[in-house]
Amino acid sequence: MEILAPLLQYLISGLTNGAIYALIALGFGIIYNATTIINFAQGEMVMLGALCAISIYHVNPSLPLAFAGGVAMVTVIGLVFERLALRPVRDPSPISLIIITVGGAVFIKGIAMLLWGKDPYSLPPFTSNVPIGLGPATILPQNLWVLGVGALLVLFLEAFLRLTLVGKAMRACAYNPRAARLVGISTGRMVQLSFGLSAALGAAGGILIAPLTLGVYDMGTMLGLKGFSAAILGGLGSILGGVLGGLLLGVAESLASGLISSGYRDAVAFLILLVALFIRPQGLLGGKQ
Amino acid sequence: MKSRASLVLVAVIMAGLICFGAAGAKAEKKPYVIGGIFSITGPASYLGEPERNTMEMLAAELNAKGGIKGNPVKVVIYDDEGDVTKARLHAEKLLKKDQALTIIGPSLTHTSMAVLPITQQAKTPLISCAAGIGITSPAKERVWTFKTAQTDAMAVSRIYQYLKQHNLTKVAILTVSTGFGVSGKEQLTKQAEEYGIQVVAQEVFGEKDTDMTPQLTKIRGTDAQTVICWGTGPAPALVAKNMKQLGVTIPLIQSHGAASRKFIELAGDAADGIMMPAGKLVVYPLLPDTDPQKAVCQEYDKKYQAQYNKPASSFGGYAYDAMMMLAQALEKAGADRAKIRAALEQTKNFVGVSGVFNMSPEDHNGLTPEAFVMVKIEKGDFKLIE
Repeated sequence: MEILAPLLQYLISGLTNGAIYALIALGFGIIYNATTIINFAQGEMVMLGALCAISIYHVNPSLPLAFAGGVAMVTVIGLVFERLALRPVRDPSPISLIIITVGGAVFIKGIAMLLWGKDPYSLPPFTSNVPIGLGPATILPQNLWVLGVGALLVLFLEAFLRLTLVGKAMRACAYNPRAARLVGISTGRMVQLSFGLSAALGAAGGILIAPLTLGVYDMGTMLGLKGFSAAILGGLGSILGGVLGGLLLGVAESLASGLISSGYRDAVAFLILLVALFIRPQGLLGGKQ
Repeated sequence: MKSRASLVLVAVIMAGLICFGAAGAKAEKKPYVIGGIFSITGPASYLGEPERNTMEMLAAELNAKGGIKGNPVKVVIYDDEGDVTKARLHAEKLLKKDQALTIIGPSLTHTSMAVLPITQQAKTPLISCAAGIGITSPAKERVWTFKTAQTDAMAVSRIYQYLKQHNLTKVAILTVSTGFGVSGKEQLTKQAEEYGIQVVAQEVFGEKDTDMTPQLTKIRGTDAQTVICWGTGPAPALVAKNMKQLGVTIPLIQSHGAASRKFIELAGDAADGIMMPAGKLVVYPLLPDTDPQKAVCQEYDKKYQAQYNKPASSFGGYAYDAMMMLAQALEKAGADRAKIRAALEQTKNFVGVSGVFNMSPEDHNGLTPEAFVMVKIEKGDFKLIE
């Protein structure tokens, strides 16, 4: 019991962070599937989601509206980003597109700094702020919101990709863009859709975690990198892999900072990324490369 | 298109030259050049921005009054972005190109440490705005270096004095992994013995970390009677929130790095009951009228608010004190670096925003732990505690 009590607490903390990493990892995966590029601006979408929702909440203090509005705004930003920064590129080789996304991330962060300033902002928790006792550990209702809504979003995404025509078309583009084009699927539209979808997922993650972590203009970079590590760990492009990678990474971080030393938290995340790239570059659940 | 662009450029350059020439012809006496190096952008911009604003504000004010001894004051401020290499480059530029009489800044301990060998060698006074105790000690080797920010050591003494009064002897410390936290941790562990305090847990968190429950869970498992958190930015507020989540009820003491209204706003209801040492600027309305610093803080805050529409911060206060002290020294010494240095060293009973300064050849900071007051947050506002 002595040793078990902190363990459960580490697990809760790890799973909450892991759920956010998972949502970001899915964003990476969706865009990778559609374009074979890594969108390094993904983390900035998380930041934009949190800050947009906070701004909306300040104008009109309704959390559902802030959530929906934040996601909608960032989805539009994702679409515009694809349209203005990526589509006009004359030489759309993956490497130049990836560099563009890095530039886009820096640009978005700069704009956010000008718009919101450098101070962090807080968003009230979705429901009460009274911790719930869970045996020896405690959990905040907001942690449950993160886990619950995160799981729901993953289910929706899976259903969308498997059951709807548009979703199937997106998957077709991922498997074989040429064949997809031959059967009349507009790959350009699918690429755009993938950017919108992953921006929405990132924004949702940002809003969910904002009451726990506060929203600040430079929160996106680190989250983006962690989400990227999670995506690599789980296997780029695999939904289940992204979720698994995110949760594993979150728990590993939290255990490392609890059991070994808190200074090693970030080191563990990137150590896992390196080990995954050395030993199993296709990720835990990734297909053959 | 291209030729038009270059035409515009030429026109702009011409206009610039004309303006410059006109200004040059007007000034009768040679201006006193004061250099500034601050982290205006980058991660430490919350320090550098108010420092630059303050310096510019005070220079304009001095010039409006007719300058110092009839000489206009010219400030040249560079942004080091928190980067050691840039700070050194800017220092060289200020010394060689701008011929600065004195340099104020840099904002951070590590950039100050990088700049001071250059200014020492050039025999030019440097008034740093950073906290690290190593900037001005050992004083024998820091002949040309001064600083106006309170040191961490003073904040730690203030906290330990309080703990000793209340018979709290076992503390857990939770520090950020940046220079601020490392130096805080050093002082916390070093001074503990002196006050009969035992550090039972030492935990660290990253500047951008968003979840400190693992560290606090570990601390919960110890017999600590108080948690001392040493950090800046949003992280200390998250520590407060996480402690509430975990139901840890022992008191939380934050460092002076968290002493701002923003902290109360961010931590929300988790801020209640938290104590910290604060510079007097943060709580000046609460101070008794007999406190000499009250008027200075009030004046600075009013002026800053009027000009920048934001409350003044303790960080800007470091630049305020540096600039005011330097103005006083220039008044005495004129444009002679060695005399300025001597005048700065003789500063006595100088009532500033950060404290009452008494410089001496042995102490180039001139402050005591009394520059801090212990405050407690109650119902979303600071309260003085004795």
